[in-house]
Amino acid sequence: MRELMSGNEAIARGAWEAGVHYATGYPGTPSTEILENIAHYDDIDSDWSSNEKVAFDIGIGVSLAGKRALVTMKHVGLNVAADSFMVFPYSGCNGGFVVISADDPGMHSSQNEQDNRYFAKFGKVPMLEPASPQEAKDFVPLAFELSERFDTPVLLRTTTRISHAKGAVELGERRAVEPRTYETDIHRFLVPPFARSRRPTVEERLVQLLEFSESFELNRVEEGDPKIGVISSGVAYQYAREVLPDATYLRLTMAFPFPAEKARAFCERFDVVHIIEEGEPFIEEQLRIHGITNIVGKEKIPLMGELNPEIIAHAIEGTPIPKGFGEEISIPARPPMFCLGCPHRGVFYVLKKMMNQDVVAMGDIGCYTLGGLPPYSSLQTCFSMGASVGTAVGFAKGITDEVGPRSVGVIGDGTFLHGGIPGLIDMVYKKSPATLVICDNSTTGMTGQQEHAGTGKALSGEEAPKVDLLQLVKSIGVEFVRTVDPYDLKLLRKTMKEAVKHQGPSVVITEHACLMLPAERAVKRDPIQFEAEDCNKCKLCDDLGCPAIEWSDDAGPIIDEIRCVGCEMCVELCNPNALHGPSPAGA
Amino acid sequence: MGKTYNILMAGVGGQGVLVASETLALAAIAEGLEAKQSEVHGVAQRGGSVVSHVRFGDRVNSPLIRCGEVDLLYASERLEALRYAHYVKPGGTFVMDDRAIKPIHIAEGPEPPYPDKVPEFLRGKGYDVIVVPALQTAVELGDQRCANIALLGALSSRLPLGEKSWTAAIEKRMKPKILELNQRAFAAGRNLAVPVIG
Repeated sequence: MRELMSGNEAIARGAWEAGVHYATGYPGTPSTEILENIAHYDDIDSDWSSNEKVAFDIGIGVSLAGKRALVTMKHVGLNVAADSFMVFPYSGCNGGFVVISADDPGMHSSQNEQDNRYFAKFGKVPMLEPASPQEAKDFVPLAFELSERFDTPVLLRTTTRISHAKGAVELGERRAVEPRTYETDIHRFLVPPFARSRRPTVEERLVQLLEFSESFELNRVEEGDPKIGVISSGVAYQYAREVLPDATYLRLTMAFPFPAEKARAFCERFDVVHIIEEGEPFIEEQLRIHGITNIVGKEKIPLMGELNPEIIAHAIEGTPIPKGFGEEISIPARPPMFCLGCPHRGVFYVLKKMMNQDVVAMGDIGCYTLGGLPPYSSLQTCFSMGASVGTAVGFAKGITDEVGPRSVGVIGDGTFLHGGIPGLIDMVYKKSPATLVICDNSTTGMTGQQEHAGTGKALSGEEAPKVDLLQLVKSIGVEFVRTVDPYDLKLLRKTMKEAVKHQGPSVVITEHACLMLPAERAVKRDPIQFEAEDCNKCKLCDDLGCPAIEWSDDAGPIIDEIRCVGCEMCVELCNPNALHGPSPAGA
Repeated sequence: MGKTYNILMAGVGGQGVLVASETLALAAIAEGLEAKQSEVHGVAQRGGSVVSHVRFGDRVNSPLIRCGEVDLLYASERLEALRYAHYVKPGGTFVMDDRAIKPIHIAEGPEPPYPDKVPEFLRGKGYDVIVVPALQTAVELGDQRCANIALLGALSSRLPLGEKSWTAAIEKRMKPKILELNQRAFAAGRNLAVPVIG
């Protein structure tokens, strides 16, 4: 049977076919849909974890107990899990263990461009790279076989165009896998005291894996024009095929351990071989280390950004890249923005008003990073998951002027649970004169509304214990804690003013559910009404930055009735009551 | 079928461009062809510009269409038609709603004007431009959210895929609750793009 599937849907199917017992991970573009789709298979037990390291550690536990474990994350998630990722190869696994890293070349939805093929080499872990949805599915059972055969975690690495591109997939059946038994073995699993004795095991395993990689049928030569040689992998192979359809290819599916002798034999057949790889010169470096030098790689193929067929055609054949019509006709950019009715809009409207009162706000990873851009421009920083809290504490320490700005961190509910809690502990421990705003929208918003430990629901949609953020913050020792609905702009502003005046650490939790949640979407609110004769043209509503309000100096606010979701934040700001909800003003 | 068809589908986040492009890819699969569809999820979708590549034929490698090789451009908004116009091959076809959604202005400097007379501009470049009032059609059918499928219906009149494949694709992609609405939207759109003679 053939089904149209994205790479992520195909990986979920592959996990089912591979007899995976347990799957977990943390949402992150472009990896999120793997676990969301795994949740549809009743044979697999699956959950979101609070962060990637916790997910990885849970995966280790499942593997040691004898079952097959799959752990999913985006590229930066592997940084969070790296502490365990780097050590697990020392012990090796029991049940098969596969970790998926979905990289985001071009940074469509990421803070950096990071080629996680290097993590395979760094952690001395074998790596598979699919180039199509079909391979994405097929490589999951393969990865588990390798994991159990070589007693090692395996890295399955995808990129945005593998995870999110859809194609036809031929489906297979589930092969049930009997759990293995667990036997205590401190010489393997109690790593630090026995790390020295395990160290050679890691290298011996790599020798065996290299032997496998050299003879692996999916590190294969595809014959074509005997004069044009190309080495490629992943989606770059598909782009290369588009530009050089008739070339002879060495297609690498397992680029680590690197099959250098296979590559050497291939390169000896050609005067020059093109190395077409997306991202860093991973394959190219391996070739050069092994003294294979009749190659052209990154001197032509760009190192930065995503590849595509026209970039490769330009690099190899000099074909010009077609230009847009921007020089002849105005084509304004269309940047992303807060959704209509987004509760974050209230938070950043208020923060923007407070910028003039010497507030410096440190942001975090989530939709609310958009609060750093116009029309709000009220966040000054954003680095990584949970970083708002530590940077706010540090900034407060770093300010030498006693009357300097108040340091404020802004973080979402999911990100706070992921990596913000230790920072808040330090904010209290260090008696930091800083404020943390936790924007609780009851979901992991940016990645498409996933559950977490604070939403009261599990991945399956079933009820789950819910972390009480207010009690959690209080228990850490924060004395000033307030909760407020960010739609209530006046109360939010008053609360924020008090919070930043408080001498020690203070926390404001804004509570309003993301309007993209199914339950919120189901609520139909009528568009806002405007009474022109009552308008004093104060323009406060325009200041809100709502995409459904267009300001006209003559007519005042023009409400786009098709787009307006009736959140009434503009009504809150309208002093003369010219804007009002479906019920008559003042009623 | 020999030829690989390249369709680029553009619009604004929230307009249902991805649903329409998945439906198209499903129709190609139902026709027994190979198909690939690619777009970007994540923060880019928050009201930003959305573009999805759909390719089908006997064999498809790249999930991305090479710039300048698009046969048909589907655009649910006029500025987005313009933004990706250079992807279209010379003489290629646009199936577009001439609707305007103004972007927020966040860059430095004065706000650039929102483009006007886009179909005329594109025709001046030698493209075949079919303007379809998809949003208006959807509103008339009772729900603006089926505008994406009305426009897909219009696009379908220019593609070599059988009616059975389209029917199967729509049934597969749409939830039962909104299936009938989208079937009507598709049919209405398909009729709109067929030149009326006499």
